Order: sequence, then structure tokens, then C-alpha cells
Amino acid sequence: MDKLCLEHIGYTYSVGTPFEYTALDDVTAHIRDDRITGVIGHTGSGKSTMMMLLNGLVKPTKGKVYLDGYDINSTAKELYSDWLKRPEYQNMRKSTAKKAIKAEVQRRKRGLCFRVGLVMQYPEYQLFEETVYKDIAYGPKNMGLSEEEIRERVLYGARFSGLSDDLLEKSPFDLSGGQKRRVAIAGVIAMKPEVLVLDEPAAGLDPLGREQIFNEIRQYQRSTHSTVIIVSHSMEDMAEYCDDMIVLAHSKAIAEGTTAEVFAQISMLDEVGLDIPQITQLIRMLRKRGIDVPENVYTVDRAVELLRDHYQALKGSQT
Amino acid sequence: MTEAFIHAENLTFSYKGSNGADDIPALTNISLDIQKGEYVAVLGHNGSGKSTFAKLLNLILEPTSGTLIVGGTDLSSGDLSEAELIALRRRVGMVFQNPDNQLVATIVEDDVAFGPENLGVPMPELRERVDGALATVGMSEYADREPHHLSGGQKQRVAIAGILAMRPECIIFDESTAMLDPLGRREVLDTIRALNRENGMTVINITHYMNEAALADRVVVINDGTLLMDGTPDEVFARRDELRAVGLEVPQCAELIHRLREAGVPIEGTAISTAKGCAELLVAAFSKRGNENG
Repeated sequence: MDKLCLEHIGYTYSVGTPFEYTALDDVTAHIRDDRITGVIGHTGSGKSTMMMLLNGLVKPTKGKVYLDGYDINSTAKELYSDWLKRPEYQNMRKSTAKKAIKAEVQRRKRGLCFRVGLVMQYPEYQLFEETVYKDIAYGPKNMGLSEEEIRERVLYGARFSGLSDDLLEKSPFDLSGGQKRRVAIAGVIAMKPEVLVLDEPAAGLDPLGREQIFNEIRQYQRSTHSTVIIVSHSMEDMAEYCDDMIVLAHSKAIAEGTTAEVFAQISMLDEVGLDIPQITQLIRMLRKRGIDVPENVYTVDRAVELLRDHYQALKGSQT
Repeated sequence: MTEAFIHAENLTFSYKGSNGADDIPALTNISLDIQKGEYVAVLGHNGSGKSTFAKLLNLILEPTSGTLIVGGTDLSSGDLSEAELIALRRRVGMVFQNPDNQLVATIVEDDVAFGPENLGVPMPELRERVDGALATVGMSEYADREPHHLSGGQKQRVAIAGILAMRPECIIFDESTAMLDPLGRREVLDTIRALNRENGMTVINITHYMNEAALADRVVVINDGTLLMDGTPDEVFARRDELRAVGLEVPQCAELIHRLREAGVPIEGTAISTAKGCAELLVAAFSKRGNENG
């Protein structure tokens, strides 16, 4: 099922000025529930704008964003005629019902940033509290939870981000870069968002750090069955960790589907300035040299399997 | 024998502990030589000491002990004059990670002129240097633009031009592609390669990307402040298990070759760091099998 749905989204910065710039142009995309969706595209392709649309940080100039089928930017006025027919409002006096609808729309708007949690790029620069605990607690606190609930949430966030308990009373500024990033991610996870959006979560980390962070994200998604969206430049990481993918190029969505479906259009990825995984390049070269292996290979695991079988078959034909 | 451009012997550096705490060792007994015109990649996990090594090379940090000689200047003696220090920084330039933190002027060519201007380069020559540097990085047509309107890759190329305009002998790239997208990364890597191949520039590229390291002539691996490996990309990536043990990995193609060998596929040869090299090894392995069949 679609958790989020973007329909014919347009977004233009600085309309009517010489700096007018279209970041998104008629973008339609679907993000499925209980999956990890990767969003890829070159710099300036509109990725970050798209992420900010998902939790209402910016409103689209055109088109609609649906979360569980609800247009997140709808106003009470637009909803009156429809909602007044709903059973919960039908028995009220019209003016009372309108007030109730207005309150409901307000409530949903306020709740949006808790339901769709956004982890920005280099989030470690946004830490500000005296202790790791307080920093992670900032979101839950703003949700109006009790001390006890906040404590539970902080531990929950810390656990999923791979932070040990002994770090909680430390100053976040005494931690390493990778740990700081985990604190920032924990702060968003602590809000238990239905949708977790991460913009370049592994940027600047070393290979082990990358692998750990992606594994933690995957584990979090698999155990909570929430919806996770990862924005990244790294095709190798996307191939490894994402179930679905959306490709943005020059303000348009040019491909979407399962990771396998999107990688099947490899030649297109090349044209829009994205890196093809090295392993995929190698397989292409082998095919050109007459070695009979399938074309769309984008993980090392798959390549090992295919080439091992290829060798076995050659060996088998010998006997 | 010609003298190495960089000569380090038992090079050691410790960060001073704050409030009387113990000093924190960052590099211990590093010994290596880098020749003029070499293209060296430096690998290591976060906190391994690789950036500390870079900062020692143009004396942003001072060695705690050991010997470090760069371009004939002894940096470990501790008594460099101001003039010698300026001369050293001119000869060994550095390009950092964040493209937004390195540009100082509001116009691209002013930014490139900033370094040589401060060295007191007079006017006709200054013009020549700025134009030449911008041409080398392929940014001539952006000379009168504002840097903040450029892409990340373009900004990094302007930063490189700023260094080139000082006519250095060696450029150190400290994770200079980490914040760039694939296109920007390719622009910067192509520029680095051209500087090395065509201008004979000594290049040291500190990176987290194994595919980037594979482009260099030589790979140096630093772990916990000590020199762990030093060899060609093929030699270093042949030691996959050791690399993995220190939190590093090998390029995808090298990983593939390792795993196929483990699965009993006999693959001969050492060229495992690039897709092209691996393709050759695999074609050879499979055709050998085919010939045996025939």
C-alpha cells in the first residue's frame, strides 16, 4: 500500500524574481508502506526539496502530497463539504461541526512533523543540548509526553541507533563524528515516526561506519515495519539496502519501482550523471567479451553466484 | 639517487591532552618516502590519523618527534622562520572537504588570486597565473561568476585553482570529494589525474572511497596512527581480510575476485582493483577452462 503519494508536484523557488528556479516539475511518485525506498539523483535534481515536502516544511506550488490518503496541505475550507457528510460530524450543528473539522485539520498539521521524521544532511551540526539524553529527548518533549514516556522514548531511539547507555549523560560535543550522527538519528527515531526520512545518512563516514549505519537503519525498518526513505548519491549503497527506488533528474521523476526494476534501466542512470556500481560495469564488460551472464547485476552477492555457476557449467561440460 | 620529496622517519605526533589529561597519540613512528610526481592515496578509518599526517606535511601541526623533511626543508627541527613557513605552504597546498569553507572572495577569479596576491605576485604575472590555473581546472568561463552559484564540484575546482595559482609542487586532498555527488566527484578526480599526469604534480589523496584509491599509483593505509600497508592498489586490495579487520573494504570488483577464488574458481593474476583489470582476469580464467574443454 502507498504510505505517501506525490501527485503532479511542482515546486518553484523565488517565484517572480530573477532567481526563479523550478526544483520539481510535475513529479508523481509513490512510497510504499513497510519498505525502504531510496531516492537518488544528482545535486540540484530536487531531492532535498522533495524531502521537505513530505512533512509539510514546504508546500508544493502545484500538486498534492498524500499521507495515508490524506492531502497533508488541505485546509478546513476545502474539506467542509466532504467531511460534513461523515458520521462523526453529521449529528452536530453545522457551526459546531465546522469548528470541529477546523480543529482536526490543525491537529493533523501539528502532528505531521512527528509522523514524518526528517534527518537532515550532516545532522550532527544540529545538536545543541548539554547531554546526549537531553538532545534525544527534545522531540518527545515537544510531543507533550510525560517524563516517564520521554525516558522510554530516549532509550528506544538510542537502542536503534546503536548508542550505548553510558553515552547518554555525556555532552554530545565530546563524541566522535559517527556517534554524533547517531545521536541526531536517535532524536528523530525517539518520536516513533511512521515515516523516517534520512538525507545522506552515511555521508563522510568510513566504510565500516557506513555499513553500520545502514544496517541499523535496516534493522529499525524491519523490526518496526515503518516506512523509511533514504536519500543518497551512492548507487552501491542503494542497491544493497533499498527495496524500492525513485530516480530524480533535472527536477523530474524519471524512474520508480523496485530496486531491480530501476537498475534494469542502467543505461539511463548513466545519462543522468549517476554512478553505476563498479560490479555492474564489470558484468557489462564481461558480456561484451562474450561471457554469457545476465545484464542486470548490481550486487556483489549476485555476481559471485552467477560467475561461480558460469564456471561450474564450463567445468561440467568438460566431463 | 634523487632525494624524496617527502621523507618521514619515525614521525610521531600527539595531541596535547586538555586540563592536564594525558596526551593523545595520533601518529606513531611513521616512516615513508614519497617521490616527486607520485600519486598516492591514503586510506584509514575515521580517527586513524590520516588527516593528522596531512596536516603535518605543511606544518599546520608540528611533529612531536621523528624526522619529517618536505622538499628539502626539515619540518621537525622546530625552528622554521616565518619566511620558510610561507615558502613551505606555497609549495605544499591543501584542498579540504567542505567546498563552502574554502572560498573567500565574492568573484571566482578574485578567489583564485587571493593566494598569489598575498605572496606579493605583481600584476601582469598575477593575471597570467589566475587565468592559467582556471584553465587547468576547466573553469575559465566561470572567472567572473559568484562562487555560491556554482555546484560543489565546481567550487572544489575553484579551490584547486586557488592552490595552483601559488605554483605548488605538491597538493594534498583531504577528503575533497566526500561532500560531492558522483558528477562532482568525477570532475575533481579527472582534474587530479590530469594535474599528476600532465603537470607532474605530486598528489596525495586522503579518501574513504576505495574506488578513488584504486586510481592512484600507490596506496598507503594508516591504522591507529601506524603505517599498516604501503603498495600498489592491486597489492593493497589483495589483503582484503586485513583491511576488513581495520574497518576498511576493497572495491566491489576485488571483493568479487576474492570470493570467486574462495568458491574454488581458479583466477590467476593480480589486477583486481579496477573493473577493467578484473574483466581481463575473468575472461582469461573462463577461456582457459573453455580451451581445456576443447
